[in-house]
Amino acid sequence: MPRMPHLAAAIALASFAAAPLLLGPAAIAQGDPIAERQEIMKGVGDATRTGVQMVRGERDFDLEAARNTFAVYLDASQRMPELFPEGTETGGDTEALPAIWEEKEDFVALFEEFGERAQAGLDDTTDATTFQAALGTATQSCRTCHEQFRMQN
Amino acid sequence: MVDALQKAAVVIVAIAIVAVFGFFMLTEPDLQAAGLERVPGGEADLANGEALFWAGGCASCHATPDQDDPLRLGGGLALETDFGTFHVPNLSPSRDGIFGWTTAQFVRAMRGGVSPEGEHYYPSFPYTSYQRMSAGDLRDLHAYLMTLEPVDGVAPAHDLAFPYNIRRGLGLWKLAFLDGEPFAAPEGMDPVLARGAYLVEGPAHCAECHSPRSLLGAIREEARFAGGPNPEGRGFIPNITPHESGIGSWSQGEIVELLTSGFTPEFDVIGGSMGHVVDATSQLAASDREAIAAYLLALPPKPETPRE
Repeated sequence: MPRMPHLAAAIALASFAAAPLLLGPAAIAQGDPIAERQEIMKGVGDATRTGVQMVRGERDFDLEAARNTFAVYLDASQRMPELFPEGTETGGDTEALPAIWEEKEDFVALFEEFGERAQAGLDDTTDATTFQAALGTATQSCRTCHEQFRMQN
Repeated sequence: MVDALQKAAVVIVAIAIVAVFGFFMLTEPDLQAAGLERVPGGEADLANGEALFWAGGCASCHATPDQDDPLRLGGGLALETDFGTFHVPNLSPSRDGIFGWTTAQFVRAMRGGVSPEGEHYYPSFPYTSYQRMSAGDLRDLHAYLMTLEPVDGVAPAHDLAFPYNIRRGLGLWKLAFLDGEPFAAPEGMDPVLARGAYLVEGPAHCAECHSPRSLLGAIREEARFAGGPNPEGRGFIPNITPHESGIGSWSQGEIVELLTSGFTPEFDVIGGSMGHVVDATSQLAASDREAIAAYLLALPPKPETPRE
């Protein structure tokens, strides 16, 4: 009998160690998906600032910088859909709405569309005029998605 | 013994009669003086009416859902709140909407929250802000609305929990929370600030979402504009006073940018209800957006309302 507390402790310890496995691979494989997706979105915001400032003439037009805006968008569109695994619905100041998990297909489809628009921007941008048109189209995705899938803020 | 019971019964019935009578007296819509003033005559200014339409964000609630035209004001949007679900009525010049309303009836609705049938409106229709508007501006807004396309269709009745479903009871609420005072700029106020104050406090009704509310559903004045829980569900509506927890670090230009394009200073794109607000404010004259920004930056700074 005196050995029992040790056994109980050992079982408890083992359970704690195994807990992450029970949460599923998605929850641990990405490290911190909430922080990661917020970081990506911040990058999208920075790229958008550069793009908008060029369109408005607040910054000199630069073809490479213009194309880089779309490269950032394309990268975000490919990485974002994977960063909403089960278990990241709350926490870390996330503004993700439950709709992301309830209407996953719609959510993923919006990123596909965003990716297509970003690719079109990469393909079509040759000067300030073509850049402005492509940027206008691509940034429509921001509003649509924030409208449906991000918490009021 | 029988005598005492009879006396008690008489007293109870008498109290009940007085209570019912008192309730009906205190909740009489005509007790509200707001919106009963004379409407100035003369030709309505449609351009001014249109500007007020965008400033007021009428379309945010009244536009027919699931279509893109903000000028189709068929109503039908469901607003889910702690009090129950409000169904936004038809505001188009259809027989299901405001067809046949007189200007006086429109002013009464906007400033006094009383319908042409003499019933109280719920303050989900923000007449607590619209009461600040001038009768002349409301005449122009009414004339503009009457130029829009009629859209047929009647929204369902509101679906509210007891006691909020007793419409007449709103008379008591109004006695407490509707003062009926139109906006008047303090003497010597800078004209740009005065224009901003009129727009923010009146038609644009910013405080209605950007403030916390008491259990009775009235804005907590000490925290006006300091942010509050989203009345329509999850999330938090931000502090728009120039405090570090609000827009203290924003420039006037950055506020104008948000009201024009929806970009925040971080070039985040806002969505949700504020996205619809920006659809409207982007249609305003630039000078009006600048006035709104100037007034917000002149508000007393307040720390953000604690999040629960």
